[in-house]
Amino acid sequence: MAAHPAQTGATAGRPIPKASRAVFWNDPRVRGIFYQILAVALIGGAVWWLASNTIENLNSRNIATGFHFLGREAGFDIGENLIDYSPADSYFKALLVGVLNTLRVAVIGIILATIIGTIIGIARLSKNWLVAKLASIYVEVVRNIPLILQLFFWYSLITEFLPGPRDALHPMAGVFLSNRGLKFPLPAHEFAYDLAMVLFALGLIAAVALGHWAKKRQDATGRHFPTAWVNLGLIVGLPIAGWLLAGAPLTFNAPVLQGFNFVGGASLSPEFSALLLGLVIYTAGFIAEIVRSGIQAVGKGQTEASLALGLSKGQTLRLIVMPQALRVIVPPMTSQYLNITKNSSLAVAIGFPDIVSVANTTLNQTGQAIEGIAIIMAVFLTISLSIATFMNWYNKHIALVER
Amino acid sequence: MSDTAIPTAMPKPIAGPVIWLRANLFANPLNAIMTVLVVWFLVMSLPALLDWLLLDAVFQADSVRECRAAGSGACWAFIGEKHRLILFGLYPYEEQWRPLLVVLLLIAMAGVSCLRRFWTKWLAPMWIATLVVVGILMWGGVLGLSYVENARWGGLPLTMILAFVAIAVAFPLGVLLALGRRSNLPAIRAICTIYIELVRGVPAVSLLFMASVMLPLLLPEGMNIDKLLRAQIALIVYASAYLAEVVRGGLQSLSKGQYEAADALGLTYWQKQRLIILPQALRITIPPLVNTLITVFKDTSLVVIIGLYDLMNAAKASFVDPAWRGSSIEAYVFVSLIYFAFCFFMSKYSQSIEKRLAQSQNR
Repeated sequence: MAAHPAQTGATAGRPIPKASRAVFWNDPRVRGIFYQILAVALIGGAVWWLASNTIENLNSRNIATGFHFLGREAGFDIGENLIDYSPADSYFKALLVGVLNTLRVAVIGIILATIIGTIIGIARLSKNWLVAKLASIYVEVVRNIPLILQLFFWYSLITEFLPGPRDALHPMAGVFLSNRGLKFPLPAHEFAYDLAMVLFALGLIAAVALGHWAKKRQDATGRHFPTAWVNLGLIVGLPIAGWLLAGAPLTFNAPVLQGFNFVGGASLSPEFSALLLGLVIYTAGFIAEIVRSGIQAVGKGQTEASLALGLSKGQTLRLIVMPQALRVIVPPMTSQYLNITKNSSLAVAIGFPDIVSVANTTLNQTGQAIEGIAIIMAVFLTISLSIATFMNWYNKHIALVER
Repeated sequence: MSDTAIPTAMPKPIAGPVIWLRANLFANPLNAIMTVLVVWFLVMSLPALLDWLLLDAVFQADSVRECRAAGSGACWAFIGEKHRLILFGLYPYEEQWRPLLVVLLLIAMAGVSCLRRFWTKWLAPMWIATLVVVGILMWGGVLGLSYVENARWGGLPLTMILAFVAIAVAFPLGVLLALGRRSNLPAIRAICTIYIELVRGVPAVSLLFMASVMLPLLLPEGMNIDKLLRAQIALIVYASAYLAEVVRGGLQSLSKGQYEAADALGLTYWQKQRLIILPQALRITIPPLVNTLITVFKDTSLVVIIGLYDLMNAAKASFVDPAWRGSSIEAYVFVSLIYFAFCFFMSKYSQSIEKRLAQSQNR
């Protein structure tokens, strides 16, 4: 009985059996190219179909495409603006006001949420049972209720349940809390304040430079320099000294009740206050969890080893625990910062004129739906990308240097 | 002198209320100060809160004016009057047993899906069957049920339908996007990456706006889709991008050896994903998947911006009635409790799964 050809083994010189010869459609590379062409064709076809529909629809509705409308007069007023704006200004300027309002809420929100979230995150790890419980109740409640509901709640509380301007709450001299928002005094324009601001900026720059120098010296010679105290003097002491030298003026531009409303001072509108309050309280709950898990991620042995080496508790936290915790904290913190920025678009629900709200008014007035949406998306993508780039840079800065 | 070794005093107790207080509330001066501050805060706020919620609250009244005259607390009579409107929106009053049944059915299915015993291949068909039943109950028009157009849907069932359908459709889409983003084919990878990053880079509100103002322009004339479907599409687009990133996280956590072993066995791409990669990757991603479900459930409330009567908007509509104007806080507290109950349960579930996964990995 002759051996089956397959059992004799495929030795050299034998032709490969026909069935297993690679056919070109079984080649993964050929298949890959085919699938890619198919995907691109499908998506290209879909885009072409949607675009042709859109052009047809726009033609039948007599809407001209393009961004020419940006130069036309907007004709609507915006309640809050950081730059001078009137209804006679162009749509472009109206949108710019919207972008600035979004940025204002986002920047202040990020700073406050980081501070409050960090405090609550540390409080959740406190050895004090009451403090830890209270912090975890806060986190659970805040994270499990939709943000927009919280915004409506705060807005309702401010506009319906705070007293009118005539009997406004008056917790401190010059501060009034009413259903028209929060009014507070601002330092009047004086030379001494300008001087203090300039000195503050100079102090900051000097502190950064000093930090670099001190680190270099310690690396080279091992000698420690008390940076913290000197920096405190530079950043806080210098402006105060300047203010005192200029005569220590104490003039304020305080709000005064005149008729039915306040005049003078600075104010936070109910819309802005509700939006900021809601965003900060909501996001602080998420940041607290990030901070907690970051600190917990650093093993107990690290703290014990550091204390055994004779470092103080403060040094342990600053030099051993925090640098390691930050590596865990920074990436999710970045997405929370992005979330604050994106969530600030909920302003449209309570009537704060952010970019979404202004663009929405614009597209309702002009009918330029596609352009309006494109502007909103472009603004948010730009902000998101900028925050992500900055945080990635910071993350790389603090990341573990591996050999 | 041998009895001097016997201790004369009782050993100090190692447990008990005093010890507990010492260790947990007054361990050091700073701790004691914090305890005093917290207690002061609670003493200041809790009685006032309790008064508002229960002691001074009014449970029987015909209008908000009567409420305010009867007591300084919350006006729960308002909820008694309007709870049907908040829970079911403008759904025909006599037919509201149908949305109630839908809510109970969806809760029951969600509960069943949480149990490991039911994690079989029958779970997906069961969900599809459930959604079909939900559709029949809500729309009616068959089996002797009167037809209810979806413009009249509202309240809790609408919120739940938006969330569950969004997840049900977005999940397979998200898995495909995640696989696409990790694919070796550059064109596919680029398409998936652009989609995911574009959607995640813009606020959900802008997606809803886009769906409500741009979709009518994108489709050929005469092809109209209603508001509910537009909102649903926006939520699906939104959820799929976030789910894709969650699944990608799971895919990345698998070791390279798993891929290589599957390739060495001669499995095709789809066999490899279906039999080797996804079962492992999805198991790890259950906790973050549940967290995404919570996010989507909360974010359905954004449809208020394009005017759908979900739970959030129904609550807003409930105090428009002149007789009840000014009871917004009561309405918000009521719906907050509903949202909280759902989300809190889901987050506790996700935590328990996480704990179990950690145990099985540390073995």
